[in-house]
Amino acid sequence: MAQLYDRYSSIVYSVALRVLGDTGAAEDVLQEVFIQLWRNPGLFDSSRGDLAAWLSVIARNRAIDALRKRRPESEIDDIVISVEPDLAGDAERARAMEKVRGTMGVMPSAQRSALEMAYFEGLTHTEIAAKTGEPLGTVKTRIRAGLLQLRKAFQT
Amino acid sequence: MSVHEQFAEDLALLALGSLQGDQRAAAEQHLAGCPSCRRELEQLRGDMSLLALSTAGPKPPARAKERLMSAIANQPRAQRSESPPVPWWAVLGWAAAAAMIIMVALLWQQNQTLEQHVANLSAELKQQQAELANAREVVATLTRPDAVVTVVTANTRPQPQGKAFYVRDQARLVFIASNLPQLPPQKAYELWLIPANGKAPVPAGVFKPDVRGSAAVINPPLPVGVEPKAFAMTIEPEQGSSTPTMPIVMVGAGE
Repeated sequence: MAQLYDRYSSIVYSVALRVLGDTGAAEDVLQEVFIQLWRNPGLFDSSRGDLAAWLSVIARNRAIDALRKRRPESEIDDIVISVEPDLAGDAERARAMEKVRGTMGVMPSAQRSALEMAYFEGLTHTEIAAKTGEPLGTVKTRIRAGLLQLRKAFQT
Repeated sequence: MSVHEQFAEDLALLALGSLQGDQRAAAEQHLAGCPSCRRELEQLRGDMSLLALSTAGPKPPARAKERLMSAIANQPRAQRSESPPVPWWAVLGWAAAAAMIIMVALLWQQNQTLEQHVANLSAELKQQQAELANAREVVATLTRPDAVVTVVTANTRPQPQGKAFYVRDQARLVFIASNLPQLPPQKAYELWLIPANGKAPVPAGVFKPDVRGSAAVINPPLPVGVEPKAFAMTIEPEQGSSTPTMPIVMVGAGE
């Protein structure tokens, strides 16, 4: 467990911190995610995806739940993740990180911010449309296009 | 990959958790029956997880680890086999041990059964021996010269007498006789069951009296259910005859 923590706590913590903007609350999410994993190692099935990716999605979802002060909505164990890059090693992760940042950097800013609002702030597309004054359809398209662009960056 | 276009954007929103209400229900219903859209959702979650990498950098404070470690020390863990898989051949030892235990149990049980059987048999044997001794004693008593007769007619040779106990339905016959005259050489007495229906006499045992003239016939082979008119005795060759040779030396009708 200590080993898993050393390897993945940074990912979990940074996502939670980015979403919540508060170190104490981020630490709580970090705690919760790892305790869940400890209690029930069967939750994560390596055939269902990469552990780093899985932890980051769980951490993000828990952080959004905490942000919105709502009860955890998604069942942890029904999440299956398929991700291209291998994020198990530190070096691979560092390379992937660079690539993600690069891709986000070249994204049109409206697209990037729609993606970040949806992902880090947990805003729904309706809320984003209301906030930016853009048509709902446009917001939806931008979010999907943004995700696909990230995927594409790792397929080449 | 053929993703259903009408759901393409909804899947991205579903991955992010921002799809709600009817739209979410519709998307989930579609996913249940559409493997390619499920696969796309998994990929979108993967894409989404890459976003997390854009934030990676800050490390949690050191106390967070201590807190976690002390917390999990007190947490029950779900039962899940984390031990390495047991090699197949390791099972053989246990199987052999189990088979041995079963075999010992079976042998023990069999032994118990046999011991019980032997005990039953020897009890039965004892009982039969006792019954036989008793029967011999009874027969000896019955076939002894009649003391009363002897006393009353002290100077007269006691009259030969026989008594047949016959159970028709079981073809059982006990015949006892006393004071029988001694036989010529190579001769024997033969008892006959004379049927009531007038048919031929049935042989009911060949016998010789002892030196005191006593004799007994116990359960000779007889057909079942013959109604007797009388029992009679003749003198026959030692090996017996199938029809009586006259004269009849003794005869008695049933009571």
